[in-house]
Amino acid sequence: MTSNVNFLAKAGLQTLIDNLVSLGYECIGPQVRDHAIVYDVITNIADLPVGIIDIQSPGQYRLEQTGDKNYFRWNNGPQAIKPLVFKPEEPIWSCQKSPDGNLRFEKNMISVKKRAVIGVRACDIAALFLQDKHFLHDHNKDEYYRDRRQELLLIAANCTKSAATCFCNSTGDGPRAHYGYDISLTELADGLLVHTLSEQGENVIKELELRTASQEELAEADSLINEAAEQQRSLPSHNLKDMLFSKLKDARWQQIAERCLSCGNCTSVCPTCFCHSENEKPAMNGEVSQHTRQWDSCFSQEHSYIHGITIRSETQYRYRQWLTHKFGSWHDQYGRCGCVGCGRCISWCPVGIDVTEELNAFANGA
Amino acid sequence: MKPRVAVHKFASCDGCQLAFLNAGEDLLTISTLVELVHFAEAGPVDPDARVDIAFIEGSITTPHDIDRIQRIRKNCKYLVTIGACATAGGLQALRNYANAEQWVPEIYAQPEYIQSLDTSTPIRDHVDVDFELWGCPISTQQLLVVLRDMLSNIKPHIRQEKVCMECKRNQNICVMVTQGSPCMGPVTQAGCGAICPGVGRDCYACFGPSENANTTALANRFEGFGFLPQDIIRRFRFINNNATVYKAEAEKWSAKND
Repeated sequence: MTSNVNFLAKAGLQTLIDNLVSLGYECIGPQVRDHAIVYDVITNIADLPVGIIDIQSPGQYRLEQTGDKNYFRWNNGPQAIKPLVFKPEEPIWSCQKSPDGNLRFEKNMISVKKRAVIGVRACDIAALFLQDKHFLHDHNKDEYYRDRRQELLLIAANCTKSAATCFCNSTGDGPRAHYGYDISLTELADGLLVHTLSEQGENVIKELELRTASQEELAEADSLINEAAEQQRSLPSHNLKDMLFSKLKDARWQQIAERCLSCGNCTSVCPTCFCHSENEKPAMNGEVSQHTRQWDSCFSQEHSYIHGITIRSETQYRYRQWLTHKFGSWHDQYGRCGCVGCGRCISWCPVGIDVTEELNAFANGA
Repeated sequence: MKPRVAVHKFASCDGCQLAFLNAGEDLLTISTLVELVHFAEAGPVDPDARVDIAFIEGSITTPHDIDRIQRIRKNCKYLVTIGACATAGGLQALRNYANAEQWVPEIYAQPEYIQSLDTSTPIRDHVDVDFELWGCPISTQQLLVVLRDMLSNIKPHIRQEKVCMECKRNQNICVMVTQGSPCMGPVTQAGCGAICPGVGRDCYACFGPSENANTTALANRFEGFGFLPQDIIRRFRFINNNATVYKAEAEKWSAKND
């Protein structure tokens, strides 16, 4: 972020939102709901979490009003982009019995809106790119994901603070967004630095009251982002595959299982987890059935149910599956680790199991 | 010939039978698919009719109940329990922790008219049960799945995943993580639609234990939040107090409390 970085007064955010709306985008932005930051439709900057910060620790998430005028000083909530592109539950097709006794299948068609998401974090963009690898394989593109994905305009917010649970610096995915966004914002004390990476982004900002950012402003942004990179948690190394696969019989899996609820909260909030199950919803008359897919988890029984046998009946095998896939076999599958360091699985685990603590313990042979 | 169906009631509040009556248009469809031969709450009364499927609401709390459930079992091909009472003994199983000899005279002026067992027990303790549907009350949606699957001659498919899975799919915000509420969702079967966390309160386990419920880890967490053993006991000794895993967890904390 050296050249063509512009400065925008904070009030200019409203114009940004108005421009998005007039260009036909549904504008999605961060806001406070039920004690957390969530992403939902936004039309007014007064709905942004002004002055709000998030205090996160294992199994705990609290919001605090600081009284300052920052819009993006918080880090994250339980979800960001994933539910916008990979719906928690949706019908895929339906099946109907014809009078001649044959079955007729019909695909569920969706109509997709142009959407702009304000305030996405570097880790969320990295996670989206990982989901792209999964859902947009060369020959097996998921049409539901693809249609929603290509209508997405991303407005990143570089992190100027880290939560205690963040470790994106260690995965290499943050706190500064380097790719994948249309527009990026860095919030300073008195304004925002604006940068674009796409024509669509350029089109959105062209009517804003911008001026070229000063050296002092660029330095202020660097200093804030560098501060955010000072994080309390980290992974033992980038590629943990060999280490984890050498520990498959370690006693620690069972020790974790004693604390783990196998509730699936970690995988539901994980921005890269993509597992789902498919279910039939037959109509009472037995003539029609709707086929839906819904978020599932390697922590649920049915995830490993194959023809009368549950392969991973015990929690220790479910936790091991999650960890060895995300941090191990993901490298073979998608060419990198499946974790982007957002720390959601740590905060939103109801009993506060810390994935970085467990990985470090395995790596250190504890 | 249409399959014959009976809906029987034991000790219960009648609320689970309402899952049939609240089915709306599907109730009309059901009436064309099956013959409802006994369903007192809806009209038809023929308690000793031979049927293909008997749905049982309520728990066993009197000597007469024991005779009745045996007769029903003999008269049906499949027996399905509906609700917390029939499946786990219900809220009224709290009596299993009390002394009936003592409290009956305290409540009733003429206790000699009360012919009640000392316990409230699930149907499974008395006869073979083919399928158990949990909930207080059960969900109409799940009931329809069970009936539809049985009419299609397949084993009913009801997921036993945790409430958390449904809760997260609904995009609810976790009340345990944001408020330190003693939510039972992580050890409770889904199916309700995560109603309580959806309105910002903690789940109280009315759908009974999920598969692979780690009640000890959850109870330890509640203790970490500052709840006392008697608070923790009450979380587990509620609507499904007699469900095996909840009962065992409550007993552990009861021993700590002594």
